[in-house]
Amino acid sequence: MLRVVVLYPDLLGTYGDGGNAMVLAARARARGVDVEVHDVTIGEVIPRAALYLLGGGEDGPQRLACDLLVDGGFVDRVEEGGHVFAVCAGLQILGTTFSIEGDASYRGVGLVDAWTTRGPTRSVGNFATLVRGRMMVGFENHGGVTELGDNVEPFGDVVVGRGNDGIVDGFRTPRVTATYAHGPVLAQNPWLADELLSAVTGQALAPWPSVADRLYVERCDAVSTRRSDVDRTGGRR
Amino acid sequence: MAPMTLRLSWRARLAVTSLVVVNTTSRWLGRGSGTVAGGRVGLAIEPKLLSELARARTVVLVTGTNGKTTTSAMLRQGWGSDVGGNVTGANMPAGHVAALCTSRGPRVVLETDEAWLAAVVEATTPAVVVLLNLSRDQLDRANEVRQMAQRWRDCLTPQRFSGVVVANAADPLVVFAAEGSTHVRWVHVPLAWRADASSCPHCTRAITFGDDHWSCECGFSQPTDLVARLSEVLEIAGGSYPLDLALPGEFNEINAALAATALVELGEDVELVLGRIRTLHSVQGRYGRRRYGNRDVRLLLAKNPAGTAALFDSIDVDSEVWVAINAQVADGKDPSWLYDVPFEVLRGRRIACLGERRLDLATRLLYGSVDCDVIDDPDVLRRATTPVTLVANYTAFRDWMARTSPC
Repeated sequence: MLRVVVLYPDLLGTYGDGGNAMVLAARARARGVDVEVHDVTIGEVIPRAALYLLGGGEDGPQRLACDLLVDGGFVDRVEEGGHVFAVCAGLQILGTTFSIEGDASYRGVGLVDAWTTRGPTRSVGNFATLVRGRMMVGFENHGGVTELGDNVEPFGDVVVGRGNDGIVDGFRTPRVTATYAHGPVLAQNPWLADELLSAVTGQALAPWPSVADRLYVERCDAVSTRRSDVDRTGGRR
Repeated sequence: MAPMTLRLSWRARLAVTSLVVVNTTSRWLGRGSGTVAGGRVGLAIEPKLLSELARARTVVLVTGTNGKTTTSAMLRQGWGSDVGGNVTGANMPAGHVAALCTSRGPRVVLETDEAWLAAVVEATTPAVVVLLNLSRDQLDRANEVRQMAQRWRDCLTPQRFSGVVVANAADPLVVFAAEGSTHVRWVHVPLAWRADASSCPHCTRAITFGDDHWSCECGFSQPTDLVARLSEVLEIAGGSYPLDLALPGEFNEINAALAATALVELGEDVELVLGRIRTLHSVQGRYGRRRYGNRDVRLLLAKNPAGTAALFDSIDVDSEVWVAINAQVADGKDPSWLYDVPFEVLRGRRIACLGERRLDLATRLLYGSVDCDVIDDPDVLRRATTPVTLVANYTAFRDWMARTSPC
């Protein structure tokens, strides 16, 4: 049984973020993998899981979610072998510090050497980042600027939008993946959903063609009309 | 033309004349409904035009994520004849000044965009502000819903507003926005959407919801000093009244409860008010029946998760279900919200996916195990005769109003 835990959707779930769990569960089941999706809400214990998902949220709920993760032993759960996929505010929480409620700095979970300050403007719009030669498309809506420690690998190179700083997006460690593409980013990027599932299960997954592939190509096309150097097929360059 | 009773400055008179010329020309050229362009010109000439036009009138403002247009229509209908307002739904100041230029009466109902409430309260000094609900909607434009609640709260403080607030007591974010105001009339209604209010707007801890009450351990809780309560009937002004609306859905009963409370507050007779509201059958084409080829199509507008979820119980059992989704500026450019809509309740039906973002919709339905077809060319749907319930978001609704014809 593959257990996927959505962490505090009552605090971090602003932009349809629950969609990521829905996508992972459906794609795993389509390949015969038994999946259990469990929402952990305020006051519940964080159970052991193969994969933890973190969504986006506003300042106050983001701060409370961070406190609950620290107090609830989230770092221990990850060190026991759990994988993490985080978007937007979830990305910021995983770092050492982030900004909330004005420019106040708040202590993060500290799972990754990354820190976020408030940027001069809010970045709202279509977003694309090149992840090891493959396009990831989505939408961003945040005001953060995230810097990475010397030994932290970014998730991708920004093609459209801001991501961490206009140059790179998110971060990636062997078991932690984070991006500023908010909401159900895995819905628009079936390859990324499958890559996560493969990493978590340790299995190669058979292709599962669906309308999501057509959506991916359409969204890559929409991005490439804004940036001529993007591979129009949305595939590897 | 401006109301005869208003004394306007020379600059305001110039602004009104320019507004009327631009809007008349705009309508003559067939470019839109002829409200916003002239309004912008008028406000450029006289930035205080809204304030000048609202002076000496009794103004009711209606705001909230869902139900603004319908509740405003109920208020106009329920208040009697010659009630002015922005009937086209242009709900920012450019639309407001255009509406006030074309209505002469002393009574005005203005549907107001959530983000513009503070500016419109300041300009119009309303007698009543109706706060319907607050939930996630077009987050690319409005950013975050709790910030919106704070902005409402700031503009309704005794220092900035002395009128009456009619507020939905079941919605914690609305209560947070209204509780600091001087004259608040709380209305209890059934609340279906709680996803944006699970964490307390005061302390961020969890709000506990019971069947008929909510509270947080910090002391923030649902107001109990109600002036009206909606259950099977509307209890108000010492009586109980069945609503028996022609418009479908529980959400419209909630809208009617808040509209009736506002009008009772203004001294109207509740039975008279409800009698008038019951005669509303369609609002700006919404809920109305249209023709598309051989089809009878019922159009429902759904712009966000709470609004869409509320519509599902008013889908006709025997009809086909078509859903049309766009993501233009007016819709919000990010269709992530589709993942907050409980489409799973439509399992067992086969959904036709339409609109510019039909692939996003079809992918959402795929992952929700709801059968669907992606319709690239809507013409193929014209020939069959099965009736249709069409759920569309803002610009997709507009497209389908143009594509269909009156019955």
